[in-house]
Amino acid sequence: MAFAIILLPILMAVLAALIPSNRWRPWILPVTGTAHLALTVVALSRPELATCRSWLVLDPLGKLILLVVSTLFAFCSFYAVGYLHHRLARDNRIFCTCLTAFLGVVSLVTWVHHLGLMWVAIEATTLVTAPLIFFNHTQRSIEATWKYLLIGSVGIALALLGTFFLAYASLHTGMASTLTLEGILAQAPQLSKPWLHAAFVLLLVGYGTKMGLAPMHTWKPDAYGEAPGVVGAMLAGGVTSCAFLALLRVYQICLAAGEGAYVSRLLIFMGILSMTVACLFMVGQRDFKRMLAYSSVEHMGILVLGLGIGAPALFGTLLHVVTNGLTKGVLFLSAGNIHRAFDSKNTEQVSGAMRRLPFSGSLFLAGFLAITGSPPFGPFISEFSILNGAFASGRHVLGGLFLFLLLVVFIGMGATVLKVVHGQPPFAARNTPYRDGFLTGAPVLGLLLLVLLVGLFIPEPLNVLLREAVEFLEVQP
Amino acid sequence: MTNLLQTILVLVLVLNLFALGTSRILSLIRTVALQGALLGLLPLLLHGQHSLATVLTVGPTLALKGLAIPYMMVRAMRDVKIKREVEPLVGFQPSVILGALATVFALLFAGQLPLAAAHVDTLIVPTAIATVLTGFILLTTRFKALTQVVGYLVLENGIFIFGMLLVEAMPLVVELGVLLDLFVAIFVICIIVNQINRAFSSLDTRHLVSLKE
Repeated sequence: MAFAIILLPILMAVLAALIPSNRWRPWILPVTGTAHLALTVVALSRPELATCRSWLVLDPLGKLILLVVSTLFAFCSFYAVGYLHHRLARDNRIFCTCLTAFLGVVSLVTWVHHLGLMWVAIEATTLVTAPLIFFNHTQRSIEATWKYLLIGSVGIALALLGTFFLAYASLHTGMASTLTLEGILAQAPQLSKPWLHAAFVLLLVGYGTKMGLAPMHTWKPDAYGEAPGVVGAMLAGGVTSCAFLALLRVYQICLAAGEGAYVSRLLIFMGILSMTVACLFMVGQRDFKRMLAYSSVEHMGILVLGLGIGAPALFGTLLHVVTNGLTKGVLFLSAGNIHRAFDSKNTEQVSGAMRRLPFSGSLFLAGFLAITGSPPFGPFISEFSILNGAFASGRHVLGGLFLFLLLVVFIGMGATVLKVVHGQPPFAARNTPYRDGFLTGAPVLGLLLLVLLVGLFIPEPLNVLLREAVEFLEVQP
Repeated sequence: MTNLLQTILVLVLVLNLFALGTSRILSLIRTVALQGALLGLLPLLLHGQHSLATVLTVGPTLALKGLAIPYMMVRAMRDVKIKREVEPLVGFQPSVILGALATVFALLFAGQLPLAAAHVDTLIVPTAIATVLTGFILLTTRFKALTQVVGYLVLENGIFIFGMLLVEAMPLVVELGVLLDLFVAIFVICIIVNQINRAFSSLDTRHLVSLKE
C-alpha cells in the first residue's frame, strides 16, 4: 500500500513529463489527485494495510497529515486545470511534473518512520516546489525562488545536524545509535540530556524554517506572494503540515524522554513570537497575497503554541492542522482568481472584487472569516479548543495574550480583505477578460464546504482519527 | 589509520581557511571539490572492515562531491561569465582570521562537549563544528549568488563530517538519499543562478531587494 501511495504520483509525474500536449497535460493532475485520495481512504479504513516495512508505517499522525494533504491536493488539482488553461502560452511541463511529484514526496513524509529518511523527503519537498514558485519567470519570482531555496536549504541543513545530534544522544550513553522512530522512542528515557536539548533546538529551527515560524519566516511572504495561487495553497496547506509532522515526531521523542517542560517553554515562546510578528506585518498590509503568507506564519505559531501547551490542547492543535490546511486552500485559490482578474495584488489597484468576481469575492470573504476563527467555520472549533487547553492548564496570561493577538489579526486582516472585496473596481484597474469559471470556482467552494462541515460537526471517522493521534503522541514506552 | 584520518581532517581545516581567503570563484569551487573528495574517503578510514555498503557510499560521495557538483558549478560560472567575488561584507584577510578564530573556538568547544569515550581523541567533532561555522561565514559575508552556494556546500560538508560518527544510524538508502538531495539542490540552484544573471545582468544578491514590506 505504501508503495502504491508513494509511487503512483511519481510515475504520474514521469508521465506528465512525457505528454507533449500543453493543453491536455494538466488533466494528469486531477487523475493523480483523485486516485491518490481514493488510495488514501482505503489505507485509512483498513488498518492491516498500515504497515509495509519497518520504516514505512502509517501511524495516526501520518494518517491525519496524509488525509489533509491528499484532500487539499485533489481539490487544487481541478483548480490547476482551470488555471493552466488560462496560461496556455506558458509551457506547463515542469509545473505539472513537479506538482505531481510533490504529492509523492509528501506521501513519503507521512509514511516514513526513519528520521534520516524523513529529512531526505522533506528536503525533497523544497526542491520540487522551487520550480513551481518560479512558474511566472518574472524578476520578482526569481528573487522569491532564490530566497526560498537558499533559506530553506540552510534551515533544513540545520535539521539534519539536529537529527545527527539526536542519534549521538543515544551513542553517548553507550547504546547503539538508531534513527528509527520505534528505536529511538524505546531508548528515549536513557538519552543523553545535553545532546537531546541541542538536537531539539536545531530541529525546531530547521523544521521551523520550513514551517515558516518567526524569525525564520522571511522567505514566506516572498514565495507565497509570487507563486501562483494553487502553489500557494499547496505550500501553505501541504509543505507546512509536513514540516509540522516532523516537529510532532521530535516532540514525541522529547516527551518520551521526560523533557516535556523544556520543550514546551521553547514551543510556547516560538508560537507567541510568530503570532506577534505576523500581527505586526499584517496590520496595514497592502499586498493581499503577502497578507495570506503572514496569516500562515500566524497559524504556524498557533500550532506550535498548542503543542507547547500540551495535553489539554493537543486535540485542538491536531484539528487545527486540518482546518488551517483546508481554509488556506480556500483563501489562496480565491486570491489567485482575484489576482488574475485585476492583474494586481495590491489593494491600491484592487477593490470591488465582489462586483467583478462575485463568486471568488464571496469565497475570499468567507475564507477570511473562517481563518480568523469566526463561527461556524472549522478554525473556530480548533482555536477555541486550544484556548480552552491554555486555560485548563492554568496558563491564564498566555490564554489572554492568545485571544488578544487573534483579535489584532482579525482587525488587521479584515481591513485589507474588505478593501479588496467591497467598493467599486477602480478606473485605473486593468480590465482583464478573466472571470469566474467552473474549474476555478467549484473546487474552492468544495473546500469551503468542508471547512464549514468540520465547524458544524466533526465527522465520526475524523474524530476517531484525532483521538487516536492524540493518544499516539502521548504514548510512553 | 588514525594518523591518516587526523591528517585528512587537518587538511579539511586548512581548506576551510583557503576557501575564506580566495576571491577567485574558480579556485573556491576547486577548494570545495577537493574538500568533498577528501571527505568521501573518510568512511574507508573510519570503519575497519570494508563492506559492500562502505564502498557503495564512498563511490557516489566521491563522484558527486568531488566531480559532478563542482562540474555543474564551474559550468554555471562560465555561463554567467563571473570570475571574482568583489567587495564582500568582510574582506578576505579578515575572513581568514575569522575562520582561524572559529577553528580555535571549535577545538576548545569540542573539548567541553560530553563526547563518547571513543570520540574524545579524534578531530572529527572540532572539524565538523569549524566547517559548519566556515559555511556560515561564507553564506553571510559574500554577495555573489555562486559564492553563497559554495557556502552552503561547505556547511553541508561540516554536517557530513559529524555524520561519520553515526554509521549504524544512517543506512545506505538514507545516506544516498541525502547525497541525491544535495545534488538536485545544487542542480536547481545553478539553474536559478543562471536566471538571476539573465534577469538582473548581475549575480549580486544585493540586487534582489524588490520584495520587501
